[in-house]
This record gives sequence, C-alpha cells and structure tokens, in this order.
Amino acid sequence: MAKLIAKSPGAGLLPVRVGSLSLTEEAHDAITCVAPFQGQEKPVSAALKDAIGAALPGVGRVTGKAGARVAWLGLGQVLVLGPPVAPPGAAVTDQSDGWACLTLEGPGSRAVLARLTPLDLRENLFKRGHAARSLLGHMTCLFLRTGVERYEMLVFRSMAATAVHELTHAMQSVAAQRSGA
Amino acid sequence: MRLPCPICGERDVREFTYKGHAVALDRPAPNAGDAAWEDYVHLRENPAGETRELWYHGGGCGAWIVVRRNTVTHEVLGAELASEVAE
Ligand SMILES: [Zn+2]
Repeated sequence: MAKLIAKSPGAGLLPVRVGSLSLTEEAHDAITCVAPFQGQEKPVSAALKDAIGAALPGVGRVTGKAGARVAWLGLGQVLVLGPPVAPPGAAVTDQSDGWACLTLEGPGSRAVLARLTPLDLRENLFKRGHAARSLLGHMTCLFLRTGVERYEMLVFRSMAATAVHELTHAMQSVAAQRSGA
Repeated sequence: MRLPCPICGERDVREFTYKGHAVALDRPAPNAGDAAWEDYVHLRENPAGETRELWYHGGGCGAWIVVRRNTVTHEVLGAELASEVAE
C-alpha cells in the first residue's frame, strides 16, 4: 500500500531569518473550529475547560496555555489549538490541515506587521493574550499576540506561500531600514 | 474611512464590503404585491444626509452590520449588528 507522507503548510518555505527577525512555523496537535449553538456557550465552555483546561474566550481573546489554547475566531466561533476536542452543543469541524500557522518574532516585528495589516497594533490596544481577525495584505488572517515581540498568524493553508512571501519582504524592508542600509 | 464594528471596534474600511441601503432588511411579504416588490428590489433613495447601509465585515469577525452615515459630511454616526436590527 502507498505510504503517504504528511507535509506541513510551510514545508520548503520556513524558517526565514532576516537580521534578528524570525518567521517560523507553529505545529499544533489539531486545529478544531468550535461554533456553539444558540444559547449553548456555557455548557460548551465547561466542556472545553474539562477537556483541555481552557474555557471559551470572550471576543478578541485567547484562553489556555501553550499546547492547549482556545482563540476567538469570529462571530460565534473559536479555534481550539491543541488536542482534538468534540464538545456537545456546538458545530465542530476538524480544520487541522486547513491553516498555516506562522510565528513572527524579534525586535521590529510590530513594524513588520504594520506594513501589511490595517489592524491597530499599538501596545495598549493589542496586548499579549489578544486575538484579532483582520487582513494580512489581501488575505484574511487571525492574529494572536503571544509575547512582547511575538505574533502568531493563522492564514488559510492555500495562502501559505503568499503569506511567507509578503512577510519576508516586509521583514527585509524593516531590517534594512533599521540597519540604515 | 473607519467603521465601528459592534464586535471588533473601529476598523479600516478595507476590511468591509459594501452591500447597499439597509432597506434590504425590510423584505415585503410574499403576497405584498408587485408595487411593493418593485420598490424593494429596484428603487432606492439617493439621500443627501443621513442614511443606513449594510456592510459585511468579511476581513474581520464576519458580521453583517448596519452603519448610519451622513453622505454630505462623511460622518459615521454609529453601527449595529444586522441580526439585531432584523429581529
Ligand atoms: Zn467585526
């Protein structure tokens, strides 16, 4: 029987390093979209808390810790980044192979993103533990701030190469500007 | 131009898609008659001043919102979720 080899969305594209900035790929056990049915937010939140120790986040927030997080994804939807889950009372879809998960890290990472997204990334508005849906270039993107100078971006897998290209270009531009070249 | 999404807060207009006047939320009954349906499908006001429009936050939370806007001053006066307006 043919043996299939799993390929990550960033295979052959990442990691990218430019000066002290790095763009790497994030691996999750599973990515599960959970959309609670009307009025089911509380039981779904309790079920998630039971299963992986992270409750349903509010708008624009992330709960949990590395390896088991729940990130707000949009109106009535969250993404579980961690073990597979199937809480009752919600529409659940396995999207593990649907997203490319990129991490941008290093001094100037906010300046890099500022070239690509209209999102207001100022320190006091987009803080650690926050999540936001916006655009990365022309792509819809879920932004997570996971450190002082660390951002995770989830884009549709089919857009991985474009996202890496756009981010690399912006990283080079910011690095060049900072070195005065 | 920035629009105040009730879910996401104030966001750049690039994240939104314009649909048209919020009259689309006031769908006539199936038996309302030709005149009401012609009005609903084809006829639109062209207001100089305040108007209500449907916008889709596709580059954000995915909500349909009703934005109140002044076509003369370009002032954006507020926004609500279309799902709440339609109820
Ligand atoms: Zn929104």
